[in-house]
Amino acid sequence: MAAFAIRRLVGMILVLVAVSFIVFVIFIVVPGGDPAQRIAGRTATEQLIENVRHTWGFDKPFYVQYWRMMQKAFNGDLVSYTNQTNVVEQIKAGIPATLSLSIGAALIWLFFGIAVGVLSAVTAGKWSDRTITLIALVGISMPVFWLGLIARYFLAEGGITTAFPDGEYVPFTASPLQWFWHLLIPWFVLAVLFIGFYGRVLRGNILDTINEDYVRTARAKGLNPRRVMMKHVLRNSLIPIVTLFGLDFASVLGGGAILTETVFDLHGVGQYAAQAIFNFDLPPIMGVTLFGAFFIVFFSALVDLAYAFLDPRIRPT
Amino acid sequence: MGALGSFGMATKPQQTSRQESAELSLDTAAVLAREEHGVSIAGRSPWYLAWRRLRRNYVAFAFLFLFFVMVTSCALAPVFANHVAHTDANSNHVGEDIKVGGKIVPVISAGGTYTDPKTHELRVRPVTILGPTWWHADGKFVLGADGNGRDVAVRLLYGGINSLKVGIGSALICTLLSVILALLAGFYGGWVDWVITRFFDLIWAFPVILLAIALGSALSINGFHHFGVNIASGSLWIPTIVISYVLIPYIGRPLRGQILSLREKEFIEAAIAQGATPARIMFAEILPNIASSVLVFFTLIIANNILTEAALSFLGAGVQPPNPSWGTLIAEGQTRLITAPWLTLTPGIAIVLTVLSLNIFGDGLRDALDPRAKIRVEH
Repeated sequence: MAAFAIRRLVGMILVLVAVSFIVFVIFIVVPGGDPAQRIAGRTATEQLIENVRHTWGFDKPFYVQYWRMMQKAFNGDLVSYTNQTNVVEQIKAGIPATLSLSIGAALIWLFFGIAVGVLSAVTAGKWSDRTITLIALVGISMPVFWLGLIARYFLAEGGITTAFPDGEYVPFTASPLQWFWHLLIPWFVLAVLFIGFYGRVLRGNILDTINEDYVRTARAKGLNPRRVMMKHVLRNSLIPIVTLFGLDFASVLGGGAILTETVFDLHGVGQYAAQAIFNFDLPPIMGVTLFGAFFIVFFSALVDLAYAFLDPRIRPT
Repeated sequence: MGALGSFGMATKPQQTSRQESAELSLDTAAVLAREEHGVSIAGRSPWYLAWRRLRRNYVAFAFLFLFFVMVTSCALAPVFANHVAHTDANSNHVGEDIKVGGKIVPVISAGGTYTDPKTHELRVRPVTILGPTWWHADGKFVLGADGNGRDVAVRLLYGGINSLKVGIGSALICTLLSVILALLAGFYGGWVDWVITRFFDLIWAFPVILLAIALGSALSINGFHHFGVNIASGSLWIPTIVISYVLIPYIGRPLRGQILSLREKEFIEAAIAQGATPARIMFAEILPNIASSVLVFFTLIIANNILTEAALSFLGAGVQPPNPSWGTLIAEGQTRLITAPWLTLTPGIAIVLTVLSLNIFGDGLRDALDPRAKIRVEH
């Protein structure tokens, strides 16, 4: 177990180093405008640009620049090229919105995903299963940002009603009720894709598990079918969902909800990344990518552990 | 654990009763597979058997037909533009009037201020954009106009060409690269496998959409001019390559797994004993055995890539305006969501229909090709 933990930890650090290096290289190799010129401003003289280049260290070799950027990132004083704000502070400022969005959406997609999967599996082949499957596929086939815009149009901007607020994030501490009300549509919009996807995966898993010998044994013992479904079938069918959930949740938490956050103007980490990319601002992109990659590698290690715990046949290696 | 995907007990031999299996079987293809246990399958190739299963899956065919309708209509965009709508994707009709059902209507009404004749107050007259005319204007502005007085239907079709080009092109490149990498990793093992697997892991560790947007927007500024490759900044190759690159592990990983187990089979041993070259073993022995998975992955990844293209273009990191694509059309339309909702609605519906048709056909194809395979594209 200790060996597993150490190996995963070393692996995680290596992956994060590689990820940061790749992001850095993308912005060095790809000509995207001189950062010195950006900092110096539009009307800067040659001399001023040269000074900026020197004081910010853009004239140093790329590995020195990379090393400095990493030092700054870990000391928490990485600064944006465009508006000189502190990147770590900005990411911290976005976390409440992103966290609220991710957790709420995750609860919704787990609940409805499991409900959809179980419902269509127990009625497999009947019209209800076919209808649910079709709806799930439609959900998977919708671009999330389009769904968000449509939801805004119909529910917030008067297409059908103006009852719902039109985007924006209200902190939980300011008003819990408004927080909930403002996030309700974004939660469902973000969850739709996952509901469809999880529902389909779970349905397949349940139909697999139903055929296992131990399920037949449980039925033969005369157990209540509902109890067999819940305790024997569902418990085992949910194991693969754990993997999916861990990785999806990590990616949503780490800025992957960029589209939903942008459409609803939630000012989360994802939207910060989108703005940084739009401004071609390397430090925030580096910050958010590392932030996101950290969650992904951390949660995939967590998922492996959970897997071993849930299914004793698997041992972490 | 049984290796069944989204279809269940029907193909399993330990079926308790026929009636129960009918209840629990889900897809038509699975039912067909069960029915075929009695039919002669001797002397038939797996491809023929798959075709026999597929051709009875009418739902899958209906949606394949829908996909071809979408592709054909987009391909006919120039014909529609020249002979029906009499305009092109980027011409602007701001100051013009057209006849809709006998009435003369401006494409974009002049806004501005006016004085109310009764109260003598200064009022603002909002700019209105011509909405869908359906067929009441002889094929002009069938789906309305946009803020620049351009014909939405024409732009939708031209945008479809770009979206489909990027979607299908990136699916081709992505599948090709993944197959080659998976073959190399699975066949050679050792350090080759180590390097390729680490490469997959690395791309996997990035938040996919973030990496794609960063790459897409970085390349969109000046294009790419390194290593003798020259790609201009507005080129469709940029989103195509970016999307195929970021999605490689999603196909490469499962394929590598399949190849690893095939590698241990006797027929590979036999081929090695016969002195077959590595290339021959990879392409003539292993490849045919993973071909059905590759085909299914290819179908489903087109759907996925059309969605990714739309997301990239929506954020300005994909197809660059004024070149239309379904994603850029939605991005352009979103600022006029209240006054001109058709700008946002129509490209979205086009995306949903195309992607849905591919997803449903891909599912049917998977069921038919290998009723026991567990292959899925993760979104």
